[in-house]
Amino acid sequence: MHWWLPLKGSTFAGDIDGLFLAILIITGIAFVVVEAGLIWFVIKYRQRPGRKAFYTHGNTRAEVIWTTIPAVTMVALGLISNHYWVRIKGRNSVPANAYPIAIHAKQFEWQVTYPGADGQLGTPDDFTVRNQLHVPVGRPVVVHLSSEDVIHSFFVPVFRVKQDAVPGMDIKAWFQATVPGQYELGCAELCGMGHYRMRAQVFVHTPEEYDAWMRQAAQEAKQ
Amino acid sequence: MTSVAATARVPHAHHDDRSFIRKYIFSTDHKIIGIQFLFVSLFFLLLGGLLAMQMRWQLGFPGKPMPGGGLLPETMAANGVILPEYYVQLVSMHGTFMVFFAIMPLLVGVYANFLIPLKIGAHDMAFASLFVPEGAIRSGWTNYAPLSARPDLSGVTTGQILWCVSIVVLGLSSVMGSVNYITTIINHRAPGMTWFRMPLSVWALFITAILAVLALPVLQGAAILLLFDQTIGTHFFDPVAGGQALLWQHLFWFFGHPEVYILILPAMGMVSDMIANGSRKPIFGYHSMVFAIIGIAFLGWLVWGHHMFMSGMNPTLGSSFMVSTLVIAVPSAVKVFNWMGTMWRGNLRFHVPMLNAVAFVAMFVIGGLSGIYMAATPVDMFIHDGYFIVAHLHYVLFGGSLFALFGAIPYWFPKMFGRMMSERWGKVHFWLTFVFYNFTFFPMHILGMAGHMRRIYDPTQYEFLKPYQPMNEFISVSAFLLFATQLIFFVNFWWSLFKGKKADLNPWQDNGLEWSLPSPAPHGNWETVPRVYRGPYEFSSPEVSDRDYLPQHEKRPTDREPASATAPAH
Repeated sequence: MHWWLPLKGSTFAGDIDGLFLAILIITGIAFVVVEAGLIWFVIKYRQRPGRKAFYTHGNTRAEVIWTTIPAVTMVALGLISNHYWVRIKGRNSVPANAYPIAIHAKQFEWQVTYPGADGQLGTPDDFTVRNQLHVPVGRPVVVHLSSEDVIHSFFVPVFRVKQDAVPGMDIKAWFQATVPGQYELGCAELCGMGHYRMRAQVFVHTPEEYDAWMRQAAQEAKQ
Repeated sequence: MTSVAATARVPHAHHDDRSFIRKYIFSTDHKIIGIQFLFVSLFFLLLGGLLAMQMRWQLGFPGKPMPGGGLLPETMAANGVILPEYYVQLVSMHGTFMVFFAIMPLLVGVYANFLIPLKIGAHDMAFASLFVPEGAIRSGWTNYAPLSARPDLSGVTTGQILWCVSIVVLGLSSVMGSVNYITTIINHRAPGMTWFRMPLSVWALFITAILAVLALPVLQGAAILLLFDQTIGTHFFDPVAGGQALLWQHLFWFFGHPEVYILILPAMGMVSDMIANGSRKPIFGYHSMVFAIIGIAFLGWLVWGHHMFMSGMNPTLGSSFMVSTLVIAVPSAVKVFNWMGTMWRGNLRFHVPMLNAVAFVAMFVIGGLSGIYMAATPVDMFIHDGYFIVAHLHYVLFGGSLFALFGAIPYWFPKMFGRMMSERWGKVHFWLTFVFYNFTFFPMHILGMAGHMRRIYDPTQYEFLKPYQPMNEFISVSAFLLFATQLIFFVNFWWSLFKGKKADLNPWQDNGLEWSLPSPAPHGNWETVPRVYRGPYEFSSPEVSDRDYLPQHEKRPTDREPASATAPAH
């Protein structure tokens, strides 16, 4: 059991984890201030015989301070988050040289279509593999997501990537894997009773391994 | 119309000789209607909890026969082992019951009906109220289309139809109830009860009623479209025939986010009343508190898209929803700091309502702060639809709303039933709930950070989640203990109904108008409408030296009669 975020397996995982940490620090400070304050007040001002509470209706300066500090912090956090959001998920964020893979989700499996030797989807050398996502390390990959029936959600925790697959829509999601290895892909949107077992293996290969796998898989697909 | 209602009800303010049926079953007394809501929604709270226990059994001990599971029919459990289709129904109905049939009626149905007339000095509500039925779906309480729209995909036909119908009926009753609350507050305030002399509980219930009137018709409209998709072959949400799947989410969350505030604002209002009482101090920054309620309610309309950051909605829209969502933290923070300001230099009495109210603040802070992680869209990409969110929403709904209710129920119990709930057992219940609640829900943040998806039947299907199974077991055991602890509350509640200590007029030494009435409050409330001379939180006022509270209706030599007392009352 691991008490922190999983392995950083993509180029933007570090940014997302950094933002998570920044929010953890900001909210951690607010948490400690409020909870410690509450505990202190509970002990210090507990009822004692003869004590009378301090009669006051408030303080405008205090209100201004504790309105302004959260407001400035939140707007700043919004601006910083947006910077990363545009780079990770913005409409124009998909790198031009991204390697295309099509994923068609259906109850309860992932149909992964690879572009074949020519690197282009929609050509005769495309081939489809069920529940296995193979990607090369160090190269941006763009996934074209579609759904057969209901809404599913493409989620690879180590890549920190999540994107719903919506019937009737063609949605792109991209990532660039950084660590070769074997991981898992899961469905994150309730899609029916088999939702829990709608999973796939993710393989991040070195470029040589990837080419070798591609040739072999294309062969097997033809048979 | 309202003036007719007002004058027609004045003579009712004396001896009550109605039959049991007229008094408790088909009642038109706002207090009895509130109490009816209390019993029905406490039943659903228990039922919703029972469904959660079954989910926790499956998550903690997947594939093991559940104790008592053998009693379930084969369509739900095989040899006592919960089936995936039953699990998804549990998930869906737990959410539906808790949101629509427990928390919402507990906060709005019980306390809006019971408290508003008592707190503003009215004889009764402007109009009478309505009720709600029930219905098993497999697509979550959010019931996303097209899964919900197509029986061939979800495997449920009748349950879906029942869900839609019951949402429409519930929405109708909530809208009518809310119109009633709004009318009552605007028209039936006692002389001298100006807007800024209203208790924060009434302010919160007023703003909540406005949210409900505007939000619920959207859900009803969506449910009717969904019903048409299921029954008469339309395709509003089915893209195969030209519909739009995301339309359901937009409609649902345009209702759903204001609904989130419907589920917390009344709790905040009642907590404000209880904290001022427990601290023996006026509310710190009363006006800021009112504007914060209004601010939260207004911003609540601008944030629905944060439920859809990963839905394929245009990411640029995501940016604006992110900023509006983060900004909601501001009025929420203002409220928390003002509660702390109220306790600062007070003379704190830790009665059961106060304990629960302080716990509300402590837990709401965690739920509020964890919301910031989801509001930040890049972080949300990782934690969306996971256990971090399950933790967040339970910190707000249980840590927030339910703790407020565990305070509010004993607080107004004497005014409802003329008896006190046991303080000793109330404290035992509070401490055990506080501990097991945090044991249950805090570790869910860690599961969420590990990438644990929500609504999955068996986490051990995933290699990366297998190491977290001990944590799932820990959560389940804590949840069972949390549930068992609630039995203390129910026993205390029932025992006190019949055997509790008799309550006097004003057991909590409070200033609200309701405490000028006998316990329980009589039908028709007041013989003559009370007059209001000051705000609701004049605790420890230098004007009185022999006690530390000064009721709103108590006339001091320096007080002038309210101007509206001489004009014809509306």
